[in-house]
Amino acid sequence: MKGKIVSVFGSLVIAEMEGRVVQNSVGHCVRSDGTRLLSEVIRVRGQLADLQVFEETRGLRAGDDVEFGSEMLSVVLGPGLLGQIYDGLQNPLPQLAEQVGYFLKPGLYIHGLPTTIQWEFTPTARPGDIVSAGDTLGTVPEGIFTHRIMAPFRHREKLTVEKVVPAGRYTVEDEIAVLADAAGRNVSVSMQQTWPVKLALNVSRRRLMPTDPLVTRVRIIDSVFPIVRGGTYCIPGPFGAGKTVLQQIISRYAEIDVVVIAACGERAGEVVETLRDFPKIIDPRTGRSLMERTIIVCNTSAMPVAAREASVYTGATMAEYYRQMGLDVLLLADSTSRWAQAMRELSGRLEEIPGEEAFPAYLESRIAAFYERAGTIELADGRRGSLTIGGTVSPAGGNFEEPVTQGTLKVVGAFLGLSRGRSDARRFPAIDPLDSWSKYRGIIDPDKVARMRRLLAQGNDVRQMMTVVGEEGTSAEDFVVALKAEFFDQCILQQNAFDDVDGATPAERQRFMFEKACQIIDLELGQLDKSHLRELMVRAADLFRNWNYAAEGTEEYDRWLQEIDRFIADRGRPRP
Amino acid sequence: MRKYFDSIQRIAGNVVTVRAPDVGYDELAIISTSRGDSLAQVIGIERQEVSLQVFAGSQGVSNNDRVRFLHRPMQVPFSEALFGRVFDGSARPRDGRGPVEGTPLDIGSPVINPVRRRMPDRMIATGIPMIDVFNTLVESQKLPIFSVAGEPYNELLARIGLQADADIIILGGMGLRHDDYLKFRNAFEEGGVLGRAILFIHTAADPVVECLMVPDLCLAVGEQLALQGKRVLVLLTDMTAFADALKEIAITMEQIPSNRGYPGDLYTQLAKRYEKAVDFDEAGSMTVLACVTMPGDDVTHPVPDNTGYITEGQFYLRNGRIEPFGSLSRLKQQVNGKTRDDHRAIMDACIQLYALCRESREKRDMGFEMSDWDRKLLKYGMLFERKIMDLSINIPLFDALDRCWRILADCFDPAETGIRRAISERHWPKGA
Repeated sequence: MKGKIVSVFGSLVIAEMEGRVVQNSVGHCVRSDGTRLLSEVIRVRGQLADLQVFEETRGLRAGDDVEFGSEMLSVVLGPGLLGQIYDGLQNPLPQLAEQVGYFLKPGLYIHGLPTTIQWEFTPTARPGDIVSAGDTLGTVPEGIFTHRIMAPFRHREKLTVEKVVPAGRYTVEDEIAVLADAAGRNVSVSMQQTWPVKLALNVSRRRLMPTDPLVTRVRIIDSVFPIVRGGTYCIPGPFGAGKTVLQQIISRYAEIDVVVIAACGERAGEVVETLRDFPKIIDPRTGRSLMERTIIVCNTSAMPVAAREASVYTGATMAEYYRQMGLDVLLLADSTSRWAQAMRELSGRLEEIPGEEAFPAYLESRIAAFYERAGTIELADGRRGSLTIGGTVSPAGGNFEEPVTQGTLKVVGAFLGLSRGRSDARRFPAIDPLDSWSKYRGIIDPDKVARMRRLLAQGNDVRQMMTVVGEEGTSAEDFVVALKAEFFDQCILQQNAFDDVDGATPAERQRFMFEKACQIIDLELGQLDKSHLRELMVRAADLFRNWNYAAEGTEEYDRWLQEIDRFIADRGRPRP
Repeated sequence: MRKYFDSIQRIAGNVVTVRAPDVGYDELAIISTSRGDSLAQVIGIERQEVSLQVFAGSQGVSNNDRVRFLHRPMQVPFSEALFGRVFDGSARPRDGRGPVEGTPLDIGSPVINPVRRRMPDRMIATGIPMIDVFNTLVESQKLPIFSVAGEPYNELLARIGLQADADIIILGGMGLRHDDYLKFRNAFEEGGVLGRAILFIHTAADPVVECLMVPDLCLAVGEQLALQGKRVLVLLTDMTAFADALKEIAITMEQIPSNRGYPGDLYTQLAKRYEKAVDFDEAGSMTVLACVTMPGDDVTHPVPDNTGYITEGQFYLRNGRIEPFGSLSRLKQQVNGKTRDDHRAIMDACIQLYALCRESREKRDMGFEMSDWDRKLLKYGMLFERKIMDLSINIPLFDALDRCWRILADCFDPAETGIRRAISERHWPKGA
């Protein structure tokens, strides 16, 4: 099906066509020099089809050809996704760099999976077996995982295995099985299959309640505002508060199988950091490089805006694919505000009636649908897989009362709100302990967590009061509360991301630390004047922080721990 | 054969609509009016009707003036002859000298492939402690200076341009007052850097569309030089003027405004420019420093707000000082771990203590009793402001670090600074 361009306006092209056109199908705008620019049909009005072009539209003319397809925007799924660096449309960036150098070239697309690699395939299905979508036909080793080759997801009816190739080496394009449907039609199966990015990929028996804590080694998250495997969380914060750094830390240390990073409309430099660092970092749990468990989808802010809108879905679909194998997957979307802005730009081009702050009226339902792609599922064979989604939000002016933040808060299970005040005071991670919340249960007894949160709130109240009545107008009891809240803040909540030891605290150590901090907080300090009290708590914090920096099993660690224990035993007063 | 089109349908704002076939989006045209020729750029095509933003503005354009299409995007001649020269927003010389011959270079080149960027890891020393110690500038960084009218942001920008260690300096002036332009020029001349500088200047008196071209021109030239292995520093001032020009065109084109009249793609438009800052794998680099004036000193205004989300940090210039709170160089961690082992510890401790000092000051100002601890903090704050924060201080990094230790030792015990023992033992000034 062909058409002709009649209008070009930014990334929006209007084409005139005759015949059948499918909403959300992909097409190509053909520039006069023959370059074919990938586009998606986003509106049909009579004989006019509106397309968003995933490339710069420079040079397109009225009268240029448009070729319409019937497939929706899809990604290819199969062995070889792990370790890849893609743009928002699943073009592998390193291969693009090999072909065209420093700059991306509009109209150049490369298949998402390497087609020359021979994978060691072991069949598990046998001719005559009845299989349905998502059932395992065979496996290939992919890095640290056993990658399951699954029956095509798009065939929802039962299929009979007609033929399976013997164990051996095959590329993703080779036929590895033939299945037959009830009508006897044959379906040829290779190790790769495609799936439309905007449809959730979930072939499972049922969805389960997510309860398994996801340890990120960030203390304020794990100990106070936990997240769980299969859950969702969001990190809103003004610029400079450390959203991306926090996501990077989580992507490094999260105790999870596969991480998909969707860098959506953010800085290229941050992606570069990840893709230069990750191959060098060894994951202590597997002994292999972090890159082997990571997929990066990178649509930086300078890249075309329509592809930015697609990039989070591209990431989500690949993440869901690995969940189908019974793995625990984490999708980090940074930032969902850029994705929302991309929707706003397109909506504006379409001259839709704007909602709040000119965002389209369907913003909230899109956000909800995206986060709902997370979840723990029980697969047909009883195994479980989970997809956790964490999104950052970059609210305009750092004001959480804006549509994207509010739309997100309605649908996530944990809210890790970053505050400018805390980041200005260099209290990192700048998650605000008073505003944030989590609906999940983590690694620490919830009663204890609640007690510490009350302490923080009281401490804050006292500090507020002190700014009015001064230290001298504050009772010793209140003053101690403020000191203890500050101690908890400094020693548990704050963490130095750039220190090898303090930057990541394993769950066991977090429990132990939390216990120790509680012991110090529970100390009766007795009748002392305020400067003495402050001195005591400053010393406690100093000991504790030094302990935080000491690696477990070192002499230093034992020494600081002994000092802390002595401090607790003596209630801070040195023995005569 | 030259083809002219003269059926101008509409003249509104700086946008002119003409009937013409076979015109490519984003391409260039020349419109000949009674006032002379002006460049124009295609910003919309609807069937046969082509909308053009006219660089010289639409004053004097008549409905039967002639338009000729060049079928190419905006270009700038590129050669060695650019150095020491001054151009306007249409890339015409504004220093009274003849035009420059060179290879034509398209502005608005495609996106840099992220995998061909290298990790920025080279510090740019400026001699300003508030930058070098606390928010180190790094090669390839894009960093705005948030300020308000009346602050010496152009002076600061010029000073960084003069002192920073870069091969080439490109200045893009947008909506500049004419005397500010002359100040920059004189500063560069006196500093002896004009020979390796290129200036693209749009003054407040020039047509607004030309303002839109200035960053693209600077970045296209800078990028080409970086590809040749040069270390380029691009200085842009003032990006708020650029955003206001975008707003003007968007409103004329009847786009739905999103926030305070700015178009919905403001973020994308700014990001396209800032993201050109790059450290090329196996070639040179381009660093971008931009002034952004905040209308009403409001950082939540769409221009500084969107900028902050794009750039790798920001400097706040307030009361003639770089504010320690809020100012941030996101790339500093790439370099400050390798300078000296105490750099990060000093950086964190000094700012945390200064924050506490401000609290104590508030208490004092409200008439509360000062504890010993408050008095220590007050003394510290006074010393810190005088010996470190003052913008006229010009000392190398290590001297600045030593100076910080000395101030800390004058005011506190090591445990009170929050600096871990291993570092403070090594650097705490002896005899303090």
